[in-house]
Amino acid sequence: MNKTRRQMLGAAGVAIFSANVPSTALAQGAPLKIGMSMPQTGALGAGGQAALLALRMWVDDVNAKGGLLGRKVELIAYDDQSNGANTPGIYTKLLDVDKAELLIAPYGTNPTAPIMPLVKERGLMLMGNFSFQVNAKVQHDMWFNNAPWNDARGWSEGFLELGKMAGAKSIAIFAADAEFSQNLANGAREIVKKTGWNVVYDQNYPPNNTDFSSIIRAVRAARPEAVFVACYPNEAVAVMRSVNEIGLGSQVQIFGGGMVGLQFTPIMQSLGSLLNGVVNFNSYVPGMKFPGIDDFFKRYSVRAAAAKVDPLGYYLPPFNYATGQMIEQAVNATKSFDHKKLAEYMRKTEFQTIVGPIGFDKFGERAKPRMVQAQFRNIQDNNVDQFKNTGKQVVLWPDIDKQGDFIFPFDKARKAT
Amino acid sequence: MFSLELLFEAALFGVLLGCFYAAVSLGLSVAFGLLDVPYVAHPALLVMGSYATYLISSLGIDPLLSGLLLMPIFFLLGMGLYRFYYETFEKRGSDAGVRGLGFFFGIAFIIEVALILVFGVDQRTVRAGYIGSSLEIGDYRFPYRMLMAFAVALLLTLVLTIYFSKTFNGRAIKAVGQDESALRLMGANPVKIKQLAFGIATAVNALAGALLIIVGPVEPAMDRIYIGRTFCVVVLAGLGSMSGTLVAGLILGVVESVVLMTLGASWAPAVSFGLLLVMLGLRPQGLFGR
Repeated sequence: MNKTRRQMLGAAGVAIFSANVPSTALAQGAPLKIGMSMPQTGALGAGGQAALLALRMWVDDVNAKGGLLGRKVELIAYDDQSNGANTPGIYTKLLDVDKAELLIAPYGTNPTAPIMPLVKERGLMLMGNFSFQVNAKVQHDMWFNNAPWNDARGWSEGFLELGKMAGAKSIAIFAADAEFSQNLANGAREIVKKTGWNVVYDQNYPPNNTDFSSIIRAVRAARPEAVFVACYPNEAVAVMRSVNEIGLGSQVQIFGGGMVGLQFTPIMQSLGSLLNGVVNFNSYVPGMKFPGIDDFFKRYSVRAAAAKVDPLGYYLPPFNYATGQMIEQAVNATKSFDHKKLAEYMRKTEFQTIVGPIGFDKFGERAKPRMVQAQFRNIQDNNVDQFKNTGKQVVLWPDIDKQGDFIFPFDKARKAT
Repeated sequence: MFSLELLFEAALFGVLLGCFYAAVSLGLSVAFGLLDVPYVAHPALLVMGSYATYLISSLGIDPLLSGLLLMPIFFLLGMGLYRFYYETFEKRGSDAGVRGLGFFFGIAFIIEVALILVFGVDQRTVRAGYIGSSLEIGDYRFPYRMLMAFAVALLLTLVLTIYFSKTFNGRAIKAVGQDESALRLMGANPVKIKQLAFGIATAVNALAGALLIIVGPVEPAMDRIYIGRTFCVVVLAGLGSMSGTLVAGLILGVVESVVLMTLGASWAPAVSFGLLLVMLGLRPQGLFGR
């Protein structure tokens, strides 16, 4: 009887001990929560949904391999509605309620900028997601952006070099009055000032402007030889329509530059032949070769069709998958989820990803920017599949990725086949 | 850079833009202006009209014709919507207006979310011969899509003005907004008259929604952009005046276009809404209000 009592007391002791040890040993079985907000509705929603699909693909892939350090990965993603006002609350919830252990930033500058003070204050690593210069003032040393650009030079330098090459000396700039577009336009303004361009038109417009006829009229009246546009997806279609209707004048050599939206399949499909001749930034176009990218797009296209998101997904999805790859490589190398250890590893490592090697500078931006300026050519109406072919978006800059020569002036390029 | 010629061109384009603003505000002018119903779901129904146009035009039917075909369906929808509003809110007491505001905001959110679920968040556009090309007169170019908006706005204003002044039901709708009890004494049922008016307001939204997607791409949350502008036009016009709505739309369009050309694009909305404040300060009943 006494023996039985001792056995029972012993068993109870073990049970109590176990219940009070939420230690590493027990936590290893729990999923690793990676938290983020993502624009799934609103102006950035189309891109955000495609990016989220790519991250989910990485989660499935890493879980199929047994997870990270033996723990399955769970992605918690909330819709921030493309609204920066929502993101601080979402990330606070992710950290304090959902107990997310790693963080990925939402797609875009405007939703990301408001959470930078939060992650810096708490000393957390944040994987950036195609935002632009959000860390320039905060200078958080645990920020790592997956975007192929660094400072504003990457956005406008190539465009302006091509403009100069075409003999353009005067420029018109118009940009949405919002954080990202203004950063972009300011970068262009800086280079333009230094390199002696004659600025004949420079205006901002309110975001979500629905008709650009008046702006295009004013641009045409100023008779610029280059037109640099920094706009958001919602405005890109309206801008291009107005350009087609009102015209810019035969003196224009180059048009485009910083138009967000011309990378998204639904918008490219909707614009069709109106895209011809435009020179615009991009992160990836068919013909750029990296190990694993073809396999990614093969699998992505199947899942995108089922999820009804961007069927091609060239702009954001591979870079989001690459974010997952970088987390995976850093965690496996450091054998840790500790933010400081991971950040330290991130800073000194060049990661091999499906979008090529990625390394970071001291501000967590791309050490070797690899953004391209590509020209749309011979685009037809109502044909999505054409965008899978090389030669529809021809990389003009930088030389490392160059696929063809720049066709100018703009009027000629619009008719070029 | 700035010249009188450019100013003239801006003013001309402002007329086209203003007519478009008037077209998308006419439905609200009936529901809010004449009936005093806080119809904040108006822009959401406008966007819904655009998506319905998108669906029908994907069958190869002209977008404007699609809008016309949708009008009877939207008429019935509007009648049903008002009946529901009346039974659940208006009938219950004097605070119906405040609660009604919540009701119509709810309707707007439901429409927005439903559109996202059905169509996704991508922009939608339609194709037609008059979209993407322009009429050239000398050095001037006028987009056909804006000329279409101009023509439809004029036609809608004319039809509604004649209807409200020359027909029994039209005059009853105007009367119900002024004195419901008097109308009842004349043997007319105010609820049915309001239901009819709401049906008309929503039917107009179908056609205006078609114009919206003709003029530019639409996405589910676009109602938020138009809520300020449409209410601005209706209030500036003087509640319930159809011709006033056209004039107010024109003023807003011309001012926006000229300011954009002269001061810069960022100033355009500020100057437009500043104009509304000045107008209301000088003439609180609006331009054509009594």
